[in-house]
Parts: sequence; structure tokens; C-alpha cells
Amino acid sequence: MIPAAFDYYRPTKVEDVIALLEEHGDDARVMAGGHSLIPMMKLRMADIPHLIDLQDVSGLGGISIEGGRIKLGAMVTQHELINHDGLAAAAPILRETALQIADPQVRYMGTIGGNVANGDPGNDMPGLMQCLDAQIELIGPGGTRSVAARDYYEAAYMTDRADDEVLISVSFAVPTGGYAYEKQKRKIGDYATAAAAVQINKNGGQIASASIAMTNLSDVPVWSESAGAALVGTGCDANAVKAAAAAMLGDIDPSEDNRGPVAFKRHVAGIILSRAINRAWERA
Amino acid sequence: MNDMTPERDERAANLKGLGCSRKRVEDARFTQGKGNYVDDIKLPGMLHGDFVRSPYAHARVVSVDKEAALALPGVVAVLTAEDLAPLGLHWMPTLAGDKQMVLADGKVLFQGQEVAFVVAEDRYIAADAVELVEVEYEELPVLTDPFEALKSDVVLREDLAGQTEGAHGPRKHHNHIFTWEQGDETGTNQVIDNADVVATESMYYHRTHPCPLETCGAVASMDAVNGKLTIYGTFQAPHAVRTVVSLISGIEEHNIRVVSPDIGGGFGNKVGVYPGYVCSVVASIVTGRPVKWVEDRMENLMSTAFARDYWMTGKISATKEGKITGLHCQVTADHGGFDACADPTKFPAGFMNICTGSYDIPTAYLSVDGVYTNKAPGGVSYRCSFRVTEAVYFIERMIEVLAIEMDMDAADLRRINFIKKEQFPYQSALGWEYDSGDYHRAWDKVMEAVDYKGLRKEQAERVEAFKRGETRTLMGIGLCHFTEIVGAGPVKNCDILGLGMFDSCEIRIHPTGSAIARLGTISQGQGHATTFAQILATEIGLPADSITIEEGDTDTAPYGLGTYGSRSTPVAGAATAMAGRKIRAKAQMIAAYLLEVHDNDVEFDVDRFVVKGAPERFKTMKEIAFASYNQAIPGLEPGLEAVSYYDPPNMTYPFGAYVCVMDIDVDTGVPEVRRFYALDDCGTRINPMIIEGQIHGGLTEALAVALGQEIAYDEQGNVKTGTLMDFFLPTAWEVPNYETDHTVTPSPHHPIGAKGVGESPHVGGVPCFSNAVHDAFRPFGLRQTNMPHDHWRIWQTANRLGLHD
Amino acid sequence: MTDKMHVKLKVNGENREFLAEPRELLIYALREHLNITGPHVGCDTSHCGACTVTLNGKSVKSCTMFVAQANGAEITTIEGLGNPAALHVLQENFREHHGLQCGFCTPGMITRAAKLLEENPNPTEAEVRFGIAGNICRCTGYQNIVKSILAAADEMNAAKEAAQ
Repeated sequence: MIPAAFDYYRPTKVEDVIALLEEHGDDARVMAGGHSLIPMMKLRMADIPHLIDLQDVSGLGGISIEGGRIKLGAMVTQHELINHDGLAAAAPILRETALQIADPQVRYMGTIGGNVANGDPGNDMPGLMQCLDAQIELIGPGGTRSVAARDYYEAAYMTDRADDEVLISVSFAVPTGGYAYEKQKRKIGDYATAAAAVQINKNGGQIASASIAMTNLSDVPVWSESAGAALVGTGCDANAVKAAAAAMLGDIDPSEDNRGPVAFKRHVAGIILSRAINRAWERA
Repeated sequence: MNDMTPERDERAANLKGLGCSRKRVEDARFTQGKGNYVDDIKLPGMLHGDFVRSPYAHARVVSVDKEAALALPGVVAVLTAEDLAPLGLHWMPTLAGDKQMVLADGKVLFQGQEVAFVVAEDRYIAADAVELVEVEYEELPVLTDPFEALKSDVVLREDLAGQTEGAHGPRKHHNHIFTWEQGDETGTNQVIDNADVVATESMYYHRTHPCPLETCGAVASMDAVNGKLTIYGTFQAPHAVRTVVSLISGIEEHNIRVVSPDIGGGFGNKVGVYPGYVCSVVASIVTGRPVKWVEDRMENLMSTAFARDYWMTGKISATKEGKITGLHCQVTADHGGFDACADPTKFPAGFMNICTGSYDIPTAYLSVDGVYTNKAPGGVSYRCSFRVTEAVYFIERMIEVLAIEMDMDAADLRRINFIKKEQFPYQSALGWEYDSGDYHRAWDKVMEAVDYKGLRKEQAERVEAFKRGETRTLMGIGLCHFTEIVGAGPVKNCDILGLGMFDSCEIRIHPTGSAIARLGTISQGQGHATTFAQILATEIGLPADSITIEEGDTDTAPYGLGTYGSRSTPVAGAATAMAGRKIRAKAQMIAAYLLEVHDNDVEFDVDRFVVKGAPERFKTMKEIAFASYNQAIPGLEPGLEAVSYYDPPNMTYPFGAYVCVMDIDVDTGVPEVRRFYALDDCGTRINPMIIEGQIHGGLTEALAVALGQEIAYDEQGNVKTGTLMDFFLPTAWEVPNYETDHTVTPSPHHPIGAKGVGESPHVGGVPCFSNAVHDAFRPFGLRQTNMPHDHWRIWQTANRLGLHD
Repeated sequence: MTDKMHVKLKVNGENREFLAEPRELLIYALREHLNITGPHVGCDTSHCGACTVTLNGKSVKSCTMFVAQANGAEITTIEGLGNPAALHVLQENFREHHGLQCGFCTPGMITRAAKLLEENPNPTEAEVRFGIAGNICRCTGYQNIVKSILAAADEMNAAKEAAQ
């Protein structure tokens, strides 16, 4: 498998990236770890005449936890997320999720930005970012702007990001309460058959707030507001969990693939979500 | 001198001969990255070949326009069927007596079929040029179901139109290949019609692929000056490749050298001859430069030999007490677009007639129909002897189904039907003579080791807890007792393309007491360089560490049929022992001469010949080796060499008893193997460490096949599982630890009693894993559900049984 | 075809320079420009890990990296882990515990295992299995690979203790 030829750029400043994107338009793409893009190029399903490697661009890395917010530079790798002690303490769901992405080698290269930016329905971080109500920061010719992860995804591989914009960071409030990222997959390295990200806050034996997002069960990640709402005010009893799962099923729209038919995926989505809720509740 | 002589045991241990866990001599280079695989080969001026492949499963090729590709700088040639036709190389014979297009000749019959071969200065230019070859197709109706194919008016093989006789007898329909019958149909039907109990079941053994980690490839180099063709390639049978290339190219066989370098796993995938090999050869002849072709993973999965794809229907009858009286098996075999099974000529369905298994079944009948469809050709033995996995899966499922029908414990049912130790050699109803076995001993040992009764008790408690709503996990106990048939084979009934399936070993002892032995086989990870030296060490009394084993170069190795079907130890291993005995016989004469006694007055003792009754008088093999080169011994030629071509009198019949304990999450369909106990009896054990490694590997390949690995097609004949994202190869995370055990029942006809082991764990493992899944749902009424038991199919089983209500 | 670029790599301690198209995959650049043929191509889609090398301290799949991306990097392959006179502890233990059969996955597997033990010198069996889950082996069933890695860890730790 050999990709078509391309011109390669390795700029050091984000302005230069934007300039290249403006110059080449549709013919240019940015690349972080490359583990989504390179296989597509090798299969000649993506033809990228101008490839812009972000590895040397300054200001795109770094993990900061300040003033109750966590900010992850786009080029932070899954490996860094997993091994960052401060992050593991502040937002353990990130580590739990990242460990379920691909395999060790891919996690050294795969970045949060790459995982979030492209709108690949199989990626795990978009659902998590919706669960955490993250803001996605983009930079383009007109400067930077921020868009909520819950508004970012439009369809498979279609997002709010314009062709000449680059995702530079994601940020979210330090999550509180219990958490769980539950994922069913066929093997290490696979995308989810169904996955659920859950954060739960408990107050006096009841759920005060809950945020729930699902992965690979629609052409976009699905933040299920109604599923979260079904839990609020309950003691996370079996009926409440059931109601949340039922509400979530109203929001997803899985399609059949090698992982199984729709009925199976819907059933497993409910099971996975129930398990995630119960685990998050136990940790809350 | 006698005082200096080490004890017998110590001398034997120093040889590192039969039975010891000698560390592998191969490992030094493999662990240091110094293996030499085909893609490592780089010849001066070497070009790269790459294929244009069909995106359609069935289409007419209207035109191939190669102009744009040829215009690309660096492109040297673009070959199509038209270019190969004048050489008669646009079609090639398959190992099953059919013929296969090398490059699409007017139409394509499966997705991924080779249409044109681009040759360029490097792999990048070749890949670019592939994109520039414009092929116009006219789509034709696609047949992916063999039952539909047998009814359809659509003629897949137009080249065979009107031919009612195929390589294996009459063809019943234009998409039919052969019918193969074994056993007594009338008698079997009578027995079944009049039986106390009859169980009937249909099952599909899905299509999968051996998928070794290294794909297939070749480097062909035609030396126009001296007329010599050298082909390096991923060949499990290098001599057979040489003969086939000679027959189809007209190049005399002495002018062809075929070399199998290190092979990165074969598992049956590298037995056949592929268009890539032929195109590399043609391209080298045409361009006068060496040409390399190495396929990528998608090409490997889509176009090279698949395995299985058998639709099997069985009827099994028994007395009220559970004694089996008859077995009927009908198979519809999907062979894809060409019949490219790698089976001995007289066995178009391989050794499927081992399907009476480990059981004393007096009457049986087997019928197999081969069918063409719009899928890739193949049907190779994926880590098994010819179709033995299918046969063992069939009987081990039928036994379970009969146990359900009779409401019996499946272990008890097996036990009362095993062939008894005293019945060996045993004549099976379908024509085989089982060499040796002690099934009851093996079975009882395993039942005790796993505490079978305790497991059944735990399982019953789990079912009750499940019914009470206390758990959502069921427990399955998978059982399997398999008998393999390996070591093809006697030349009288086994050949491939007319080449008898003997094997060979040639030994040269060097003057200083070391040796080189060459064999007709080729290791693909089995460790031949280690184990064959062990056989020889014991036979000739020289240390294994002083013996080099060489395989895979047809210019130096004696002719042999290669390595597949667990035949290396049974056949080439026997040849090695026999050649060693020839060495020993001559050594005996030399020793007697040196010791000044009669030949009959010396006897072999580990590493020396001693004078009978006077062990202090001896000559070591090392001394004898030197003497053979420096002493003029009356009546004896100088030197110490031997060659043996071994035609085995029979196959060997390794067997084993396996138990798998599996927990199944009813809600997600996720299975987890809690325990796997594998007892194997491969006769005499040459290297226990290597045997254990083979068992681990074969069981893991079995787990993959049983639990998820498949080549799936959609209705248009598109391959849905073309990358390792979807084609299930388990990682270390999905694989359990295995417990291994053994009994030893030597083969009576093999010189050292060895039977072969590499494929046993796969053959026995698949039904064992599958039976565990079935067994978990047996209390809820499951009889049969087809593999692969991936999450959704297990979930679907639970769902159909109402376990989600 | 695009213009070739000047690539500089430090491979197994040696500075290497060559001309290559940016799109050339690192695995082919190592194998074909530098004749470092230990790492292999197995799957082409970053699932099998036969092409694993260590690049700037990370285990990476060199079939899914362009040589342009790697330009300037420091790389260790199986060839740089040990030599015939002084094998790496992992190389010895893979032989000792029969952690390989056909040998095709072995260079990537050992290279990955070396990095794993560097980051986690005392792994549990589960951590080893999880840590090598990016490397597929078709022959061994992993049992003896895991055993080899755990034994190597023990041996390395014992050596460290003895040195203290």
C-alpha cells in the first residue's frame, strides 16, 4: 500500500500553517500523529497533494490544569494523557478512555487534536469531549474561535471546522463526581461496537447532574441530554438506569457493519451505558 | 580410557537428541533481526511488480488501456493476458487439476482478481502506475452462494462450457466441479433408517484465511546469459514449484533454481502457486532484470488461498444405549472461481473421510460436491492436514448433537464410542487404517485433570443462578476428542499434480565429525533446523549442535514435497532417521574394521560403536567419521554420506483430548476463555519445548477461527474483511494461557514413532472452543449455531433463545 | 512524483543521510535505503506491529509514518538493541523460553518489549499482555512471549539489584 505523492511541509508557526491552508485550499491537509490519515492515504482513499505536518508547530502541545479548567493542546498524545499524573487525578475519565484507544504504539502518536478534529465516528475522544462539555478552540485566517464539542460534529467526517482552520486545543471544566468510560470492542485496536462516557455528580444520595455521551452509534458522537436528565433526582436505582438507557436509545442511530446488526448494537449500547452509569455512580 | 568415558546418560544428554527441549538454533538470527525473508532480498537492477486488480466479483473485461501507465517515467512494462497468451502463460494449472487465469482473460471471477501486472523501477512508481491503467468492465451477475450457483443459469467458467467431465469425474451443472463419494451409501441409509435414535444437523464451517504475518511474494531473476532462472519466494513446497514452473514455462528443470528463504509463517497459505509468482517470472524474462513482487495485506486476504467454506449436513444414528451405528455426511464445498484446493489428486475433498473421528462407527457414507462461485480460489489446509479441520469439526459437533438428542452427557457418549486400544490398527468405515491410539487413557486423564464432574456441577449451579436472575453470565464446557490424519503420504494414493508425496533427506558427515543434512521440506517457524538435528543426533551419535540442517534450495536439497499437512516429521523426519541409519550401518563396518572384529561383533551405544561384551573397546562416531575419510577400508567407498527417499507405508494419526471452560456474557455476547486444557498424543516426542509452542500457537489460531475470524462477502461479492481491523487476529490481550499435557502412543510404522503435532491444536481447538459456546446455551435449548462465534452472533443466539426477554 | 528530500536520521547510534520522496514510508526507508531489514511489513494498516521501531523514545509503527515525518529523528531498531557478542536480555530470553517461531514478528515484538520494560520495569502478566497488544504474533499464541518478557524483566531487575 503506497500513497500518492505529495508535497510535505513542516512549519513551526501556526500562522504558516494557516497560510498554507489558505494557499492550497482543499488540496492541503494538516496531520498530527497521522494514524487516521496515513492509512487512508495508503489505501488511496485520501489524496492529499499538500501535507502539513504539525509536529514542529509551537504552542500546540501541553496539558494545563488551572482555575478549575483543563486545557489540552491539540498535539498532546494519548500516551501523554495516560501518563500525566495531574490529569489522572483531575479528570481520570481521560486516562480511562485513552487506554481503550488503539494500542500502545498508536497511542504514542495519536493526539487528542487528531482524534477530536476530523469527525471520525469511530474515535473515542469526541464523545468524551461532549460528555465533558468541552470547548474546541480553532484558529483560522480570522483568528481563533471556540465551539462547543456538543455543536462541533455535523456528520461523518463533517465538522464545524472550516478547511482553513486548525484545531489548536480542547478545554473543559475539571469534572467532578463519578465517571466511567465503558467500551465494547472486538479486540485491541478496534473501534467501539458501543461505548459510553458518563460523569455523575451526587448530592445527598441522589444524582444531582449527569452527562452522557455515546461513541460509534451514529455518524456523529451522541450527547444524550435526555439520558442524563432521566438520572437526575434519582438514587441511580435500576429503574432510573433503565430509563436513562431507554432515553439514550432515542438519540442514537447505529448502522450495521462487521461488528453486528443494528438490533445488536442498540441492545449493547443500552447494556454498556447501564454499566457505565453504575460504575460512575459507585465512584461518585 | 574407560575411566574417562562419561556415563551413558551424560553422553546421551550431550548429543541433545530425541526428547530434549533443545533451544532453537534459528533464534540467534531471528532475535537479532537477521532473518532473511523474501522482501529482504535485493538484487542489482531489481524491478518491482504490482497488480491492477478487479474491483468487481464478476465482470467482463472489455478493455485494458495501459498507455497512460506506460507513459509514466520509470514504468518498464505492463503485462496483460494478451501479453502472456503467446507464451501460453495466461492460464496456469492449479494444484487441484483445474486451471486458473494468471491475468484476467476476458472476464474476472472474484474481487481482487489479477488483471494486469505493472513493472517499474521502484514500488512507488509501480503503485502510481497501477492507478493509471484504465480497465473497462461490464458487470455480470454475481454468485456468492454455492446453492444458488448450482441453480443459476449464469455460467461462471465459460472456458469449461460444455465440459461434463472434470478433473474428478462428472460435472452435474455448469457451476459444479465434482462429486466425491466414500463409504457405503445404501448400507448407511439402512442403518440410519432402522436406528433407535437419529440426530440430524446442518452446519456451516465459514470461509477464513491462514493469514501468516508475512504475505506472499517472490523475486524472479532470469539470467539471459546462462539461461538460468532463479526464483526466491514464499513457497511451502519449493520443489513442486520448480517442477510446475518448468512444466508451464518450458524451461528445463535443471535451469530453474527455486529458493524458499526464511518464511514468515505459512499455515497453508504458501502451498499454492499464485499469479504473482508467474508474473514475476515472466516479467523477469521480458525485461531481463530481476523482478520483485510482494503483495500487501489486503491483496493477501482477498486473492490468495482461503480455507474452509464447507456446508455440512450430517445424520448420526445410535442404539438406545448410545452406541453409534452409522454416520452420513453431505458437503457442499464452495471453491470460489477456480478449484485451487491444495489436496492430493485422488482426494478432491482432502481427507474429509476422516470424519468418523475417534469413534468406532461401523457404517458411514460421505459425499462432497465442489461448486464454483464468485469468490477467491483456494481451499487450502489452514494449519491442518487436507480438510481435516472440517471433518473433525463435523464429527465433534454431531457427537454433541447426538448427546442432546439422547439427553446424555457428551463426555460419556464419547467414551462409550471411542475406538478401543486393542482395535488398532483400526480400519475405519471410510477407508483409513488408524495406526495407533489409546483414546480412553487420554480422555480419562483430561477428565480427571479438569475435575469434569466438578465443572458440570458448577455449570448447573450457574444455570440455576441465571434463572433466578443472580447472574447474566453463562458457563460453557467445550469438549473435543480429535483424531487427525497427517503425513501424506503413501505415494500409492497421494500425489500432487502427479508428484508422489514422499520426502527426503541427504546427509554428509564431515571428516571432523560434524555434519550437514538437507531435506525436501521447508520450515516456516516449526524449527526444523533444531528438531531434525535432534533426530539425527540420536540416530548417528553426533551432537545436534554439530549438525547443520538446510532446506529450501532446490539446487542443493533433495527432492521433496514440502511442508504442510503436518507431513515434515512423519515423512521427512522418517527420511532423516532412515538416512541416519544408513550412515550408522556404514559406520558399523568402519568401526568393526578399526576394532579388528567382525561387523556383527560391534553394537551402537549412543555416540559410538563398542565391541559386544567389551565396552572399553570402542570407536566414537567422531573417530569413525575421520576414519571414513582417511583410511582405505577394503570393500568400502571413502566418505560417509547417505540419502533416503521415504515413502511412508501409512499416514500417522495423532490425537488429543481438549477441554475449554468459557464464561459468556449473555447481554453483550462477549466470551471469555477461563481455562483450556490440551492433552496431545503425537507419538514419540522429539522436542517438548517446540511441541508446546506449536500447541499454544495452534490453539490461538483455533480461538481466532472459532470466535471471529472470517472472510466475509456481501451480495455483490465485495470482501468485507480485507484488513486486520476486521479480519480477526487476536492480540496477547485476547488470548488465554493454555495448560498442556500429553500421552505417548508411538506410531508403529514410523521409524522413530513420531506422528506430527503442528496442526493438532488447530484441528482439535476449533471444535473445542465452538462446543464451549454451544454448551453454555445447551440448557436453554441450543442445538447448533454457526461459527464464527463473534460477539453479535453469540448475542443473537442468546436473543433467539429468549434470554434477553 | 515530487522532489526528493534530504533525510537525516540517527539510526542505532549512527548518523545516516539519504534522498527520499516525502511519501516513502519509514519502514521502507529503513529497509531499502539503509538495509535495516529487521523490522518487517505485516499488515500495512498499523494493526500488527511487525514494523515497530523506537523513534525519539516512542514505540512507533514505521509502516504508518512517512520518512518526511521521521526526518531528524533518533531511531532504534532490533539491530540496535544488542549484538552477537552482547545480546539484549530480551533477545536471550526469547530464545530461552521459545518466544518465537517463524521470527517475522520478533524484531518488532522485542523492540516493543524493550520500551515496555524501560517504562515499566516490573510489569504484571496483564501489563505485559496489554503492553504488547499492538504486536500480533501468528505462531506462538503469546504464552511464551509473555513468559520471555517477564523472565527478562526479572533478570534485568536482578542485575540492577546486584549492581547496587
